[in-house]
Amino acid sequence: MSNLLLFPIIIPLLFATVLMLFPKKVYLQRLLSVIAVVLTFISGLFLLAKVSADGVQAVTLGSWPAPFGISMVSDMFSVLLVLSSTLVTLFILFYSIPTIGIRRERSFYYPAVLFLMVGVNGAFTTGDIFNLFVFVEVLLMASYALIVHGGEKSQMRESIKYVLVNIISSALFVVAVAYLYSVTGTLNMADLAVKIPEIEAVGILTVIAILFLVVFGFKAAIFPLYFWLPGSYFAPPGAVLALFGALLTKVGIYAIMRTYTLFFTMNIGFTHEVLAIIAILTVLAGCVGALAYFDVKKIIIYNIIIAVGVVLFGISQMNVAGTEGAIFYLIHDMLIKAALFLLVGILTIIYGTSDLRKMGGLMKSYPVLGWVFLVTAFGLAGIPPLSGFPGKLLIVQGGFEGTHFWGSIIILATSLLVLLSVMRIFIYAFWGEPKKILPVDKARYYAMFVPTVILVALTIVLGVGAELFMPFIEDAGEVLLNPSLYYDAVLKE
Amino acid sequence: MEIIMSVAIGLMFMAAVYLILSKSLIRIIIGTSLLSHAAHLLFLTMGGLGGIAPPVVSDGVTVNDYADPLPQALILTAIVIAFAVTSFFLVLAYRAYQELGTDNMEQLRGTEDYE
Repeated sequence: MSNLLLFPIIIPLLFATVLMLFPKKVYLQRLLSVIAVVLTFISGLFLLAKVSADGVQAVTLGSWPAPFGISMVSDMFSVLLVLSSTLVTLFILFYSIPTIGIRRERSFYYPAVLFLMVGVNGAFTTGDIFNLFVFVEVLLMASYALIVHGGEKSQMRESIKYVLVNIISSALFVVAVAYLYSVTGTLNMADLAVKIPEIEAVGILTVIAILFLVVFGFKAAIFPLYFWLPGSYFAPPGAVLALFGALLTKVGIYAIMRTYTLFFTMNIGFTHEVLAIIAILTVLAGCVGALAYFDVKKIIIYNIIIAVGVVLFGISQMNVAGTEGAIFYLIHDMLIKAALFLLVGILTIIYGTSDLRKMGGLMKSYPVLGWVFLVTAFGLAGIPPLSGFPGKLLIVQGGFEGTHFWGSIIILATSLLVLLSVMRIFIYAFWGEPKKILPVDKARYYAMFVPTVILVALTIVLGVGAELFMPFIEDAGEVLLNPSLYYDAVLKE
Repeated sequence: MEIIMSVAIGLMFMAAVYLILSKSLIRIIIGTSLLSHAAHLLFLTMGGLGGIAPPVVSDGVTVNDYADPLPQALILTAIVIAFAVTSFFLVLAYRAYQELGTDNMEQLRGTEDYE
């Protein structure tokens, strides 16, 4: 069925629209939103089977020939991202049922989450640069609703900044698309990939490439443009924070990876050099923040920024190892960041605060939570059997094969700082003298803890069974490094 | 014609950036509206200002006479998006003014439960 690749977008859209009709029936909302995400995941699995059997899938809406209609394209990279984002959303939904509170649930929380998923899955699947803008706006609009949802004072204050930064970056996106259109005369990504190598005016294309880096850099929180992220992500409740941390910056990273491998390859010596330097600066800036704070949420938020830098360094190398490493690390990072935010959310619920200095001695009362947190922390830092290792290994290898051996050394060194930053949470919160904890209902605790543990178990499977997943990662890397596979599939007619 | 439009759009961007950098929230929102106006005009200009007929099929008009229809469709999309975001932003600013009692961005810094 050729429309299979639209299902991960249409299913949540349909369910979100239906859920708008009866916001007060909370049980039905929970049930239907879980069903929607499970159906989306199943359709994603079918799509994965189809793509791995038959190669890149493309459909141009309305049966127009390819550069004239809007193309939706599913290559292995976008399928893997759709699957992992859907999976993460599913666990965050289970986690939000006990934590988000009935007041928020009764005012369109679940439709907003599903609309966010529409935007994310659409942005991963689209093959048209303006359509990417529209899907990014869909997910941003849902994220505006979620970041201010509940209307606490800190949410009000931080969401103003979040909305403002995103309005500016969206205006720049329109400007960048306008320039690209005036130079190339097309908006279809496959068509762009064919036309850009034929254009001799490399100078203006390089300017546009950097403008796109600025636009997507705002979304992905790269080095000089990450200033909005720590404050904004601090404001919303735990489940929303996990959703943002796991999905939103990844759309920016995906857009940079897609544009910089598919069509902005005319001046690699300059653009990808800039990308590598910015990526390393992003890692360093994230490390400074992750070590500076005594707040569990802030520490993990700055770890998002570190991961953005690591993935972008991998893709800036434009070789097989670096690209495959970036893809693996991106998927790992979605899962592990969601798991860490859920664990940290449980910690803040148990202590009633996110300040590390008011925590201590939790190992005696919640031993399992402690060990799960330790495993997740090791996974984040990239200790060998766990999921952070294969991706980072390939990225570092890619840096050594390319010209940026110093970048690989910095990434290896900063892994220690990442480990230090999360181990500080473990040491402060779980060891030492027990501090005052709030009584948490057993049933509610398990309702939060079980989805988190399953997510952590999945990251362990991703790490231990990396051999199983490598064929898919290799497929994805192949399409990224050979754009002809991509545009031949789209422009086949 | 494109040169004149470019200069005008440049001035709009300048005014928008100046307004966004000010302290009052309502000036910032006026700045973002101006910014999206400038971006939409830029898209129209970048599509080329040639074409003497509106992109509607009618008798006696050849293909060469039409204005490029694609930028117009894209701008229409971008306008409604900017419209929705601006209305959300205005309501957010209103609610924030009610809750926080200020529209001065200088006073909206930091988080109160944290140093």
